[in-house]
Amino acid sequence: MEKNQIHRQVALLRQSLFDQGFIDEQFVQLEELQDDTNPKFVEEVVTLYYRDSTRLIVCIEQALDKNPLDFNKLDSLMHQFKGSSSSIGARKVTAESTQFREYCKAGNGEGCMRSFQQMKKEYITLKKKLETYFQLARQVGPLDSTSRPN
Amino acid sequence: MNPSCGKGSMLTSSRKSSEVVLDQFPAGLRVLVVDDDPTCLKIVEKMLRTCHYEVTTCNRAETALASLQANRNGFDIVISDVHMPDMDGFKLLELIGLEMDLPVINSGHRAVMSADDGKQVVMKGVTHGACDYLIKPIRIEELKNIWQHVVRKRKNEWKELEQSVSIEDGGDKMQKQSEDVDYSSSANEVGNWKSSKRRKDDEDELEDKDDTSTLKKPRVVWSVELHQQFVAAVNQLGIDKAVPKKILELMNVPGLTRENVASHLQKYRLYLRRLSGVPQHQGGINASFIGTQDATFSPISSLTGLDLRALAVAGQLPEQSLSTLHAASFARPSPKSGQPVPMVDQRNIFSFNNSKFKTGEGQLQQPNLGNSNQMNLLHGIPTTMEPKQLAELHQSFENMSNMQASVCQSNSLLMHRGSTRFPPNMGQPLVSNGLPGGLLLRNISAENGRGLGGYASPVSQTTSSAALTFPMNHGPELPGSNSFPTLGSPPGIPSLTQKGPSKEDIPVNSDAKGSSAGGIIPGYYLLNDLQQLQSNDWEVRNVGLAFNSPQNTSSLTGNLENPASSLFVQQGISSGSMRNSSSGGGSKVSYLVEGTHHQNLSSIVNSSVRIKSESVADTGCQNILYTQHFGQEDLMSVLLKQQEGIAPVNPEFDLDGYSMDNIHV
Repeated sequence: MEKNQIHRQVALLRQSLFDQGFIDEQFVQLEELQDDTNPKFVEEVVTLYYRDSTRLIVCIEQALDKNPLDFNKLDSLMHQFKGSSSSIGARKVTAESTQFREYCKAGNGEGCMRSFQQMKKEYITLKKKLETYFQLARQVGPLDSTSRPN
Repeated sequence: MNPSCGKGSMLTSSRKSSEVVLDQFPAGLRVLVVDDDPTCLKIVEKMLRTCHYEVTTCNRAETALASLQANRNGFDIVISDVHMPDMDGFKLLELIGLEMDLPVINSGHRAVMSADDGKQVVMKGVTHGACDYLIKPIRIEELKNIWQHVVRKRKNEWKELEQSVSIEDGGDKMQKQSEDVDYSSSANEVGNWKSSKRRKDDEDELEDKDDTSTLKKPRVVWSVELHQQFVAAVNQLGIDKAVPKKILELMNVPGLTRENVASHLQKYRLYLRRLSGVPQHQGGINASFIGTQDATFSPISSLTGLDLRALAVAGQLPEQSLSTLHAASFARPSPKSGQPVPMVDQRNIFSFNNSKFKTGEGQLQQPNLGNSNQMNLLHGIPTTMEPKQLAELHQSFENMSNMQASVCQSNSLLMHRGSTRFPPNMGQPLVSNGLPGGLLLRNISAENGRGLGGYASPVSQTTSSAALTFPMNHGPELPGSNSFPTLGSPPGIPSLTQKGPSKEDIPVNSDAKGSSAGGIIPGYYLLNDLQQLQSNDWEVRNVGLAFNSPQNTSSLTGNLENPASSLFVQQGISSGSMRNSSSGGGSKVSYLVEGTHHQNLSSIVNSSVRIKSESVADTGCQNILYTQHFGQEDLMSVLLKQQEGIAPVNPEFDLDGYSMDNIHV
């Protein structure tokens, strides 16, 4: 009973993440890779992502503090960050990264700052949501998910 | 991050691949993944495991190189990110592809800013030898088919090696191997490929031993710096004149022997050929590209990769790669400067579809069939070539002369026997960025398809990323023109046409019509008919290209008559022939249309392709590429005739100055 409820909650939460655009199709790919031999694969990947990308974010922040801004470097850092984010399916984060890169290419320092802040917000939000999601999911065991988001 | 490589699975050096894996292929494929992003690395690793591949991961290019060098046969394919901080992804690509002959797939993000960026990145990968390009985030479906690159490459290399070795060494070594290896069917030989690979590897060692001739020298590791020095020396000497002795002197590296340089040079040449369009083995591909391009091709840029793709498409590539490529937004061929069009004119030629071989064009590389959309090539009916087109062709030929080196390759392209050729990238510009020898064979789109050997389905798809699968396997036998990298000098470019019996499978010509440019370039492959070439086997050597006899058809005729003249149809027409620097009537490029013995040859001569081909037509296989300017009607009739196997051989190729006199059928 309870388990069913939790099951449902997990499913709903998952669906809402898709609906709200926090995650995308790529996340489903990860889910599909998860199996009995590796039942926490998705969570591991996301954890790895957050750990590794923290470093990148710090670098970007440092670079943004410099004056004048080194757009090439910023772009390159963000390129890497974007790659990671897109590989876990972090949609909004990826979108903001793209935006950031556009500003870099245009040499728009202001725009870079703004979009970086925005990106960070999304990044943190996603992290929280995913943490909640994983916690819940752990309670119900392997999800019968992998249903494509509508 | 740990600097070391994590081995997902053991690198089983002891594994005798052929024993274990054959049945389960592609399971057990040994993949090396290089990416500095640990998240991506983990994901890709998991995906590959799910595909039942054996995975080794590295997050640094140097460690990857080190493991590759330590265990040369330990991997079957490499997937490498193009954007890595510690080493340029492209340099790594080049080193791996060149020195180790492993197929390499690039991965990277979709270009954000503009289509051009994406295209450039992809193109760059292609020119450095990548056989595919995967856009991140990578999906498992795309990884499932990577094994095809391995098979293709092995096949091609095998042939290549075979050809070059036999040509250079008299082929005794290779011969025995070739007997054993039956490459006739591409995909079916999977079982063989491993054993072939082993054999090939053994062969390599054998060669090395022979080189040293006496004692076994410690293997030289071609590091980045050493390779750079080598490349610098080669460029300084000129690819034509680069002989091991001189290279060695220029490099001035203590402890390096002439033999080391020689074998590295051989590999480098193969690599260049591959870059240029994978001609040769690819067989048809090369040939095709030359002719078919429409003028609109964008200059050679880029297409090499695409061409390959096209080729791949034509033959074997699954669409997937192409789609990937597309994703890469390989934009259409933006004409790059450079040689452009030599092939372009070819388009017109291609309209011929049949025979147009623009041999020589091999170098053409890129003539991008330009027009990505246009590719009209052959819509079945040869379009008449306007005189100016011929002129253009002519120019292109001249350009080609610049190209050289790869010319040989083009031969292979053209020559392909029967293999239908490559659909010139239809639409996608066959950009050959001027690759040396970039043979872009772009197939000749023989629209006729029918008679002519399968048409290569145009690669229109190539639009996207250039990641062409490089080794395009087209028919099994591709003339070995390779051995002559630079035909340029000898005017008559005798390109080897390998005769190979039509084994070549003509790559599918799926009529890619739809695809971009719509042009599927029917590989001019008359080759199908040319299959007759069978008798030709590698006789390339003997080909005495009779190119030099320009302008008179008489020469052709003469040639046609005697088999001795050995036709070479070089598909790509080695630059040598192309060089017909003599513009105007001068350049006579004899392109031999391969395979088609006799009869077909005439058909091959596409009117559009005006190559002044002096080619000597071997009676046996007349691979004469005539670029004759046939009037449409004439062409049609010719084609039709050919279909019937009646090859009206028009001895009078008036190769001069592209006069499209009708060739009498």
